[in-house]
Amino acid sequence: MLRIILTRCLWAIPTLIVVSFISFVIIQLPPGDYVTAYVAELRRGGEYLTDTQVELMRQDFGLRDPILWQYARWITKILLHGDFGQSFHYNAPVSSLIWDRLGLTLLLSTISLVFTWGIAIPIGVYSATRQYSVVDYVVTIFGFVGKGIPEFLLALILMWVGFSWLNMDVGGLMSPEFDTAPWSIAKALNVLEHVWIPIVVLATSGAAGLIRVMRANMLDELGKPYVETAYAQGFSERQVVWNYPVRVALNPFISTVGWALPALFSGDVITAVVLNLPTTGPLLLQALKMQDMYLAGGFILILSTFTVVGTLLSDILLAWSDPRVRLG
Amino acid sequence: MPPIPMANDMTNFPPERLLDLRDLAVTFATAEGPVRAVQGVSYHVNRGEVLGVVGESGSGKSVTVRAIMRLLARNATDTGTIRFAPDGEPLTLSGQPRDSKLMRSLRGNRIGMIFQEPMTALSPVHSIGTQIARTVLLHRGGSKSAARDRAAELLARVQLPNPGEMLDRYPHQLSGGMRQRAMIALALACDPALLIADEPTTALDVTTEAQILDLLRGLQKDLGMAIVFITHNFGVVADIADRVAVMYLGQVVETGSVDDIFYAPGHPYTKALLGSIPRLGAAKRHRLQTIQGMVPDPYHIPKGCPFHTRCDHVRPGLCDVTAPPVFSPRPGQEVRCHLTGGAA
Ligand SMILES: Nc1ncnc2c1ncn2[C@@H]1O[C@H](COP(=O)(O)OP(=O)(O)OP(=O)(O)O)[C@@H](O)[C@H]1O
Ligand code: SF4
Ligand SMILES: [Mg+2]
Repeated sequence: MLRIILTRCLWAIPTLIVVSFISFVIIQLPPGDYVTAYVAELRRGGEYLTDTQVELMRQDFGLRDPILWQYARWITKILLHGDFGQSFHYNAPVSSLIWDRLGLTLLLSTISLVFTWGIAIPIGVYSATRQYSVVDYVVTIFGFVGKGIPEFLLALILMWVGFSWLNMDVGGLMSPEFDTAPWSIAKALNVLEHVWIPIVVLATSGAAGLIRVMRANMLDELGKPYVETAYAQGFSERQVVWNYPVRVALNPFISTVGWALPALFSGDVITAVVLNLPTTGPLLLQALKMQDMYLAGGFILILSTFTVVGTLLSDILLAWSDPRVRLG
Repeated sequence: MPPIPMANDMTNFPPERLLDLRDLAVTFATAEGPVRAVQGVSYHVNRGEVLGVVGESGSGKSVTVRAIMRLLARNATDTGTIRFAPDGEPLTLSGQPRDSKLMRSLRGNRIGMIFQEPMTALSPVHSIGTQIARTVLLHRGGSKSAARDRAAELLARVQLPNPGEMLDRYPHQLSGGMRQRAMIALALACDPALLIADEPTTALDVTTEAQILDLLRGLQKDLGMAIVFITHNFGVVADIADRVAVMYLGQVVETGSVDDIFYAPGHPYTKALLGSIPRLGAAKRHRLQTIQGMVPDPYHIPKGCPFHTRCDHVRPGLCDVTAPPVFSPRPGQEVRCHLTGGAA
C-alpha cells in the first residue's frame, strides 16, 4: 500500500511540471495578448494609445520575452514565493484575487457535494433494491428531470420562486447591507437565506446523475453470486446490501471522487454567474475574456494541480478500498 | 399452502430424517408468463447422508434448494412443505419469508451452501478470513480474534496451505480450486447439519474436481453432516452420494440408493442419462447430449409425463395424457413412469 502511494506521488511530479507548462502555453494561444484586449477596451471608451505607448506597455509587462523565459520567471516566483504575478486587469496580485474567492467556493461546493452524496447514495441503493417499485419510478423520473434541466434554468426558477413567492432577497450570498458588516447572527441568517439556492441547484444536478449511476452499479452488483452467498450466511437484507454490493458499487465513485476537487474549485461557472455569486468561476471567465494572462494562468494552474492531486487521491482511496487494485 | 395434518407430520418424519420436501412447487411470474420451474418435488435427506440430485440444465435443481434456503427470486411463489430438523423437532421452513428471523438463524449456521461459481461467489472486496469470521461472529458471537482463529482452523480443515496467511488473501489472489475450498470453509463455518452443494465442481477442471470431491467426502465423514449434492454428472454422483434423486423438468422422476439407480434404474430418463456417462476418470465430461431431442422450454411443459417428447418407450394416448403414478420396484426406490407402474 505504501509503495503504491509513493509511486503514485512520484508520478504526480512530472505530470504537474508538464501540466503547468501546458497551462502557460494555452493561455498564450489566443491571438493577441492582454495589451490588445486592453487597447480595444480603451478604444471602445473613446481613448487611443499610440503604437509606442502600446509597445512600451508590452515590454513593461514582459510580453516581448521568449515564452520559455516568461514561463520560467512565472513558475519560479510561484514555487519560491507563492507569487502568481499581477493581474493586469485588476492591477492586484493574482493570489489575493484567487484566495479571496477560493474559501467561499470551496465551502459552497463542499456543502453541495456532501449533500449530493448524502442524498444520492442511499436513494440510489434503495431504488436498486426495490427495482420497479413506486419509489424506484419516482426516483428514476427525478433522475431524468434533474439531469435534463439546465442548471442556470433551475437557478432562475428558484430565484423567481424565492423572490416573488417567499419574498426573499435572492442573488449573491448576502444582502448588500451585510456585505461589509462584521459577522453576526443576523448576517449568518441572511447568508443562509441566500445560500440554499446555489446548494439546491448544485446538488440537484449532481444528485440526479449520481443516483442513476449508483442505481445502475447496484443493480449490476445485486445480481452477482457473492450477494447470494452473503444471504446464505444468514445476514439480513440490510447487512448484505450495505456490507457487500454497496462496497463494490462505490468503487467507480471512489475512482472519480478526485475529479470533484477541480470541480469544487471552479464551482459551477454558469450557476455562479446567474446567481451573482462571488466564487472563482466568474472570475476565471472574466480573466479569459480579458486575456489577463497571469490571472488566467494562475487559475488554470491551480485547477490542473487540483486535478492531478484529485486523481492521486482517488487512486490511493481506490487502492485502499479495492484489494483487486491494491494487490494487482 | 395446504395445511398438513398433524398426525401425518409425525408419521412422515422419522427421527433419522433431517430434511423433508413434500410436493414443492415453485412458479416464477415473468413478462412472458408463468414459469413452472418446480412442480411437485418430494425428496428427503437423512442425517449424515449424501443425496445426489442429478438432472439436465433447467430441471429445477437449483430452484428447489433455493426454496429450501428461502432465497428464491422475488418473482417466485411456492407451495408445498419443507421441513428441516437440525436439532430434534422438525421446523417448517415452507412459508417462511426471505428475511425471516428463523431463516436467518439457520442459514450459514445449520445449513451451509456452496455455489457453482467459485470465481464470483466470494466477495471481491473482503479477505477470505474476514468473510468467514463475519459468519462465525453473526451466529456464534464471541471476540473478533476468536472468530479469526476459527476461520484459520476452517481453512486448515479444507486443506488450504498456510491457513494463517490465507486469512488475509482476497479471492482474486486464489485459483479456482482454492476459492472453492475457501467457499467450503465458509459454508462449514458453524458446523452445519446440512450442506447444500449446488454443482460445486462443475466449473473446475477434472483434477481439481477430483480433489474437491475427495475433500468433501472426507469432511462429510469427519463432521457427520448431510449433503445435498447437485450435479449434471452421474459419475460424480456415484463417487459421493448414498442416494440419488433424478430430476427432469421440475419433477423428481426417480429416487433410490446409488446402487439401485446404477444397477437397476427404473425410469427411461435415468437409463438414458446413465447411457450417456463418460467413463470415470476419462477426459472432461461433456454435457449429457446423447438423449434425443431438446429439453422443452419451461413455458411449455409437456402434459402427462414431462419426458414423453423424448422417451423411447412412450405410449401415445397414455404418456402424453396422464401424469404417471409413483411406483416402487423395491424399498427405497421410487419411479414415476407408466411403464414401471405396470400400465399395459
Ligand atoms: N428468477 C427466475 N425467473 C424466471 N425463471 C427462472 C428464475 N430462476 C430460474 N428460472 C427457471 O427455472 C428453471 C429451473 O432453473 P434451475 O436453475 O433450477 O435449473 P437447474 O436444474 O439448476 O439447471 P442448471 O444445471 O443449469 O443449474 C429454468 O427453466 C429457469 O429458466
Ligand atoms: S411415462 Fe411414458 S413417456 Fe414418461 S418415461 Fe415412462 S414411458 Fe416414457
Ligand atoms: Mg443450477
